[in-house]
Amino acid sequence: MIKFFLMVNKQGQTRLSRYYEHVEIPKRTMLEAAVIKKCLSRSKEQCSFIEYKDFKLVYRQYAALFIVVGISETENEMAIYELIHNFVEVLDRYFSRVTYPKSDPSPGQRGLGAIPCRVHQLHHVPSVTVHKDQYTLPE
Amino acid sequence: MALTVVSQIFPREMIPAVLPLIEDKLQHSKEIIRRKAVQALYKFYLIAPNQVQHIHDKFRKALCDRDVGVMAASLHIYLKMVKENASGYKGLTESFVTILKQVVGGKLPIDFNYHSVPAPWLQIQLLRILGLLGKDDPRTSELMYDVLDESLRRAEINHNMTYAILFECVQTIYTIYPKSDLLEKAAKCIGKFVRASKINLKYLGLKALTYVVQQDPNLALQHQMTIIECLDHPDPIIKRETLELLYRITNEQNVTVIVQKMLDYLRQSKEEYTIISLTGKIAELAEKYAPDNEWFIQTMSAVFSVGGDVMHPDIPNNFLRLLAEGFDDEKEDGQLRLYAVQTYLSLLEEEDTLYPQKFIQVMSWVLGEYSYLVNDGDPEVIITRLYRLLKQTFVTSETKAWIMSAVTKMASRIPCSKTVDTLIQEFSTSLDTCLRQYAFELKHLCENKELMKTLLPSGASCYEIVVDASLSFLDGYVAEGLSSGAAPYKPQHQRQEEKLSQEKALNFEPYGLSFTSSVSSSGFTGRQSPAGLSLSSDVSGNSAELGQKETSCLQLDGVKKLWGKDGYLPKKENKMGKEDETQSVAQDSILVGHIVDPPLIQPKQQVASLSEEEKEKQQLASKLFVGLGTNSVISLMGKADTTTQKFKRKSKVNETQNSEEASSIQNIATLPFSPLPDVMPNNKENFQGNEHLELRKVSLSSSKVLEASVSFDSSQSLTEADLDEKLSDYRPSTSSLFADSNIEVFQPSQCVPELVTKKVSLSPCLPGELANHPHSEIIGLCSSDILTVYSCKVWTDDCLLLVLFVGNKSTSPVKTVNLMFESSEHFKIVESLRCHFLIIEAQSMESCQKCIQLEKICTKGILSGSISYHLDTDTHLEFSLTFSLSDFIRPMEITTEDFGKLWLSFSNDVKQNFKMSPSQGSLSIALNTLKQKLKLHIVEIIGNEGIAACRLLPSVPCLLHCRTHARTLALWLRSSCSALPDSLLYECQKVMEES
Repeated sequence: MIKFFLMVNKQGQTRLSRYYEHVEIPKRTMLEAAVIKKCLSRSKEQCSFIEYKDFKLVYRQYAALFIVVGISETENEMAIYELIHNFVEVLDRYFSRVTYPKSDPSPGQRGLGAIPCRVHQLHHVPSVTVHKDQYTLPE
Repeated sequence: MALTVVSQIFPREMIPAVLPLIEDKLQHSKEIIRRKAVQALYKFYLIAPNQVQHIHDKFRKALCDRDVGVMAASLHIYLKMVKENASGYKGLTESFVTILKQVVGGKLPIDFNYHSVPAPWLQIQLLRILGLLGKDDPRTSELMYDVLDESLRRAEINHNMTYAILFECVQTIYTIYPKSDLLEKAAKCIGKFVRASKINLKYLGLKALTYVVQQDPNLALQHQMTIIECLDHPDPIIKRETLELLYRITNEQNVTVIVQKMLDYLRQSKEEYTIISLTGKIAELAEKYAPDNEWFIQTMSAVFSVGGDVMHPDIPNNFLRLLAEGFDDEKEDGQLRLYAVQTYLSLLEEEDTLYPQKFIQVMSWVLGEYSYLVNDGDPEVIITRLYRLLKQTFVTSETKAWIMSAVTKMASRIPCSKTVDTLIQEFSTSLDTCLRQYAFELKHLCENKELMKTLLPSGASCYEIVVDASLSFLDGYVAEGLSSGAAPYKPQHQRQEEKLSQEKALNFEPYGLSFTSSVSSSGFTGRQSPAGLSLSSDVSGNSAELGQKETSCLQLDGVKKLWGKDGYLPKKENKMGKEDETQSVAQDSILVGHIVDPPLIQPKQQVASLSEEEKEKQQLASKLFVGLGTNSVISLMGKADTTTQKFKRKSKVNETQNSEEASSIQNIATLPFSPLPDVMPNNKENFQGNEHLELRKVSLSSSKVLEASVSFDSSQSLTEADLDEKLSDYRPSTSSLFADSNIEVFQPSQCVPELVTKKVSLSPCLPGELANHPHSEIIGLCSSDILTVYSCKVWTDDCLLLVLFVGNKSTSPVKTVNLMFESSEHFKIVESLRCHFLIIEAQSMESCQKCIQLEKICTKGILSGSISYHLDTDTHLEFSLTFSLSDFIRPMEITTEDFGKLWLSFSNDVKQNFKMSPSQGSLSIALNTLKQKLKLHIVEIIGNEGIAACRLLPSVPCLLHCRTHARTLALWLRSSCSALPDSLLYECQKVMEES
């Protein structure tokens, strides 16, 4: 089960968040802050899975952008790890000009504006099975 | 797009409205729409499983959809459903296997490939489903061996994604029924993972290994060196995972090393959550595998000092209990305790060290209890040390209470002490009332050494104190109170009902819960254990433990109660206090424990509000119990009842250790509970309130009055002598319990349905009184060469009785036959889950009855159980029974007027339209079908509208309103319980479709 999906930049600002379980708004901010702190403190050599409270975090770094996914104990970490990559690939293809939203400010703004509705569409089933064509279908 | 929105934001109330629309979309020509529809349905399933039950076959269609996306979406639903009920979907295994084969074989469109791996997430999903299906089932597992092998083989490209699939494969292989060939391959895979240089892979490998070693500890041996490396890995996450792995492979030999490693990690970690879980694990390991006393005490000390105040309260409690109860070997115990005392003494010697509160509490308890074991130590010194602790500012008042009681205990063993005197002096003026009280007690006790010795016998912490849950020693007092004009006590639920029946707001549902919780909490606040023991340990139902606590907090309670905390009953409590003094120590403590409950006298205004028939009932009751000289039975009813429930809860918590004991307590507690089945007036007006009451009594009753002059007509009657014999096992020390009670007229005996055993011929037939009730056919459940088990459901007015017949086909008697039900979340079996036959003669049949209650509403549920017997070898047969909601539905006879009132008072409603087939014709035919199938009571039919009522046992009402209009039947259900209308609607729908 995916609990939440976060996109955070290196400064610790949340660019995009999506929760699949109800979390109160004030708690979200706290959770996000804690999660980001954990991810930022880790070096490249350390593994991309972290235990946090009673769930696990899987994160992946793309230049200045972190994508963090919170999952339950039973989930397959590696599958999620690849899911993140797949997601980024899709974004990449969909907004063909944007490589990584945050590293390049001007197209990045555009990209991020569009992302929420994409994610919204893609992830409404908690443990999403993602296929390439699913992303690229016209709205 | 709309479908997406639907699945995101829809509340459960709106589901019925849009459901048909979405169902239509399942047939849409565009794949994406179909897929979205399935996803929306999945969401609905998550929110309200009952409402989408009827479209399960449509999911099946979705699974066979030619578009992969639709199929993939439906897998989510299946994963969820299989998780809940694996046995129901075994038939689909083959389809899943075929799908996986196609996916693995690359039959899917190229679009679905991810880095040339075909639909990896889909594969993972499928593997998971297969794992769930094949668990412990050789036949189903057989089907998947091939495809799993294939998956393993295909997934050999070096890419993260394939590793993910491999990991899932390995997990599935180890979950399903094992096959050596596959296991070997999986083990190889794990080896590859663990040795990988990539850190993520290593992590995955460790996780897999952790999972696998539960089945095959040898595998860990092969990777010993890697594991050791991982232990010293710079990444704490890897370390943590390795510890998890080690935790699983701990045994007597390696426990020291592993615990050492865990403690090292514990000392470094700062995160609260990790500390909690790790301390729990260490404590568990230490208790299980401790090689010697010194090590055990030291480890526990380390745990206490590191874990501090965040750790789970059970840990110190368990530790103390272990110390107090000891093992089999007396000498060993002594050593353990001695060592504990010595350790803590030396720990306390170091000044200016801050220990966590819990640790100090443990230390002070141990010192207070066992310091006499240290021969050369001067108690004065210990007291001085404790005294020093008392003056520290960082010690909380709760901990101070612990220390004080320790001092008190020690003071009883020495003639006189200066430190104690100064302590008394100092704390007599303390601002903390609790401490001040302690000081005063100590002072008084010091003046009277004799009393002190009896009160605080050394080393008595674990002597069992028999709890007289019936409070029979209060009977005299209650009788006195009654004769002087006080109203008899009524249990809380009864009072609530009275109130409610006046208000006509019949909301029965929450009673059970609020009732028990409030009672148990009041019981605990009443005790006000100064030792600040956690609730959970109090609830453990272990009387030894209870006793231990009582001693440690004993005399405070006694004194405190004299003051009366309620204010309402100062006189009563005073009297209690006096009584107490004459009682033995044990009694004293128990009395105090329960004293808050006896203020059972009702407030005056309540008395005034008693309804007419209530009085009538009391008169009847007093007539019935004339011989008993007291009405206290009535007042005890509620009490006993609650105790039972309390203990039941406990036994769940502590099932493994104490279920035996707890259940005996349960039996005892229920003894004085006497049903008054024929006291019920047949007043239709307040039918429901009373009904509820009666049901409660009958269903909960486990004892009855066997006084000769009083005869009850009960369908569950049975011969005394027969029972007494059979019961002898189930009734430990009842006589001792009632030794001091003045209700000797009670001949405690149980008429628990489960124990009603009768000899019947080999073909099962229901006993006469049950055969008159509507009942199902008698069906065979399971059989072996020797035994056959049949079952039959009997729908009596007030409960669902399950009659089980065990027939012995062989020519020799079978001994010790045990019938066990597994506990299920949906159903509750009254009294106990097991049924025991001492002997079943050759060619004969025994039967037992169980009263089943619906705990959680569901339309269909499975209750499984097993029967085991010993004949040459132990044999074990399993069976399962299906119950549907309609088994628990009974007609509710009410008038149209009442219906109207009730209808308005219920808030949970569900509406749905059905198409009627021509054969169903008019409304009355349709309603009659429902009546027959669902046991409804038709209240009235006017024109094309009809109303019907039923109740869910014991007495949750549900009202049904239907209207026909041009071949459609509109059903509208309302109930006080939120889940009931949904489920009942589903039942109605099923009935309508069938007819």
